Amino acid sequence: MSEPKSESGAEILIRALKDQGVEVIFGYPGGAVLPIYDALFNQNAIRHILVRQEGGAVHAAEGYARSTGKVGVVLVTSGPGATNAVTGLVDALMDSIPVICLTGQVPTHLIGNDAFQEADTTGITRPATKHNYLVRRSEDLARVVHEAFHVARTGRPGPVVIDLPKDILIAPAPYTEPSLATQARYNPRTEPDPGQIAKAVALLKSAHRPVIYSGGGVINAGPEASVLLNELVRLTGFPCTSTLMGLGAYPAKDPLFLGMLGMHGTYEANLAMHGCDVLLNIGARFDDRVTGRLNAFCPNAKKIHADIDPSSINKNVPVDVPIVGDAAAVLRALLAAWKADTQKPHTQAIAEWWRQIDIWRGKECLRFTQSMEKGAVIKPQYAIQRLYEISQEMNAKSGKETYITTEVGQHQMWAAQHFHFMKPNRWMTSGGLGTMGYGLPAAMGVQIAHPDALVIDIAGEASILMNIQEMGTLAQYRLPVKVFILNNEYMGMVRQWQELLHGGRYSESYSAALPDFVKLADSFHASGLRATSVDQLDDVIREMLTIDRAVIADIAVDQKENCYPMIPSGAAHNEMILGPEHETAEQSSRTAGVTDAGLALV
Amino acid sequence: MSAQIEKTERTATIAVLVDNEPGILARVVGLFSGRGYNIDSLTVAAVDAAQMRSRINIVTTGTEMVIEQIKAQLSRLVPVYQVSDLTREGPHIAREMAMIKVVATGESRVESLRLADAFRARVIDATTGSFVFELTGATDKLDAFIELMRPLGLAEVSRTGIAAIARGTRTI
Repeated sequence: MSEPKSESGAEILIRALKDQGVEVIFGYPGGAVLPIYDALFNQNAIRHILVRQEGGAVHAAEGYARSTGKVGVVLVTSGPGATNAVTGLVDALMDSIPVICLTGQVPTHLIGNDAFQEADTTGITRPATKHNYLVRRSEDLARVVHEAFHVARTGRPGPVVIDLPKDILIAPAPYTEPSLATQARYNPRTEPDPGQIAKAVALLKSAHRPVIYSGGGVINAGPEASVLLNELVRLTGFPCTSTLMGLGAYPAKDPLFLGMLGMHGTYEANLAMHGCDVLLNIGARFDDRVTGRLNAFCPNAKKIHADIDPSSINKNVPVDVPIVGDAAAVLRALLAAWKADTQKPHTQAIAEWWRQIDIWRGKECLRFTQSMEKGAVIKPQYAIQRLYEISQEMNAKSGKETYITTEVGQHQMWAAQHFHFMKPNRWMTSGGLGTMGYGLPAAMGVQIAHPDALVIDIAGEASILMNIQEMGTLAQYRLPVKVFILNNEYMGMVRQWQELLHGGRYSESYSAALPDFVKLADSFHASGLRATSVDQLDDVIREMLTIDRAVIADIAVDQKENCYPMIPSGAAHNEMILGPEHETAEQSSRTAGVTDAGLALV
Repeated sequence: MSAQIEKTERTATIAVLVDNEPGILARVVGLFSGRGYNIDSLTVAAVDAAQMRSRINIVTTGTEMVIEQIKAQLSRLVPVYQVSDLTREGPHIAREMAMIKVVATGESRVESLRLADAFRARVIDATTGSFVFELTGATDKLDAFIELMRPLGLAEVSRTGIAAIARGTRTI
């Protein structure tokens, strides 16, 4: 029950955060949040990580949340503090990451008066968050904080903003225990309908050419969901593919795994999608990067879609069996129903299906050719492959876990293709929003959560500059994050599209006037390394992994390398381009002949 | 097969029960504009003071897939308690009210009053040169009356938009 009003709003806020299990806050102080910083100063339970720009704080909280399954917490001031946080909020919304963002606000009596550092934060962040609050009365404060955490982590997770006027932070406020804060009004369904599960199992048992397509929802449902997914795939013997967000839920090296699907997915995954007769989607949302042209997407398949968010079902792709529920609960129910069902699966047909898939696999669509001559230029795929192999080898000895974050672009896709994830929560990337500048602050958040782990931001030279200021945070907290830059001196994905779709007119995509990344590392109290030819690569990777502090490794890679396979925008899965390793240049340019409708797509 | 993309559009009257809190209308309207849905009519008012609930009635047009998407998107807003597709869930009644100002003299003025009587519109303000009629009914009835007033000196229209409720004992 409410206690006598002796604590200030800011103290009540900290108490509520502690009761929600918060251990770390990523933030940046300012006028409107000074009372909170004062309350933080007087306690030791919650650690505050001072970022260098508020955008970095949100990505750090995302990295923290995605690598732990906990809610990430951000604290920023009013006005520019809040507006700088907006990109990260939308990023968390698109990728379903639980984040609480506390924003300062001018005192209630000044709201609407265009006061100094005033912005309509709840107005601006309404479409950028799962939900947001403006606390106008002290007696609502604790209840709102508890409800915000409940909303952020329940159902489909997402970011929640709590806007806190300064007078509310200063005035005394009553406390409400988490158990007493009403949470009744947000209780999304998590247990699937048994009737739908029965329909799904009947379809799965009838399949001749099945595919399981798993997404970020399996990661978000917790480690148990990944275990259940493994069990289902092994029990059924069905091929399994994954979205960018779902990598790690099923072990990448397993023979039943087809690799990632979609625009830069594998040949076998995309052709299996195109040819399947029953599709089971668990925790993915038929994103346009996955489906390609919608009217040619899985044209012969009966589709089952399990998602915790009913609005994701039948949004882009109409499905035959919708299932609303948490991925773990759905998988558990499917497993039980599959085992209970006496109908035998079509083992013969499925074995035939696997033979077809193995023929597609035989194409080795991710193949590349690396010259090993001294002085030869490094292929970006080879750099990732060696980073994977050497880190595996070194970590096998040290027992360290590896966590990878990325920025956005070619390097991100190469990382998804060539770094193999065997466990969930090890892969942090900006999927839905595609936010350049995500990787470095996200890596920071991961390293805070896992101080002894190896955390690598696989970056491009253009993306890394978008939040390079966070090198200062790495230095302050002695975070040994490794920044592995595939430097091709271009915004590589932009350059690739300009080559394939805009006649090779490289408009504004050259990374001119780059900094010297080795000196830049040095000035931020980190170590800088550089490899410019293939003979230097292994040594640089080994040295990077040995150094016990932050490192920037600047890897000069082939400037002309394109990321393949590729489904051009507006094309179908079976119209993918395999690249120069498999096709002549003439073939590639013919297949890249995108329609006008495709050209308008992003 | 259910998995066919439906192209035909329909009109749906959707009732939404929400917490009466600041920003809720902006959330709903923002959802419609942000996702490119149509709003043909929207009304909102507090309906339950004790529980602090308001009711929003929305008339929208879209394909079956879009209407289902609108309902799912509305349902996942935290302050939304219930979303009811009145058009789909059984017979319902939809009414709106309009105040119609006609500025006229002579025969036009007399004719407008005669027509108002036929439509059961009430005169709620009168001067020697004008009437304000109050008319409640289905949208097409209001439309028809307004069209009749146009040549007779129609000067201004103020309409409430639709309030709707299910017929019989059924409640949302």
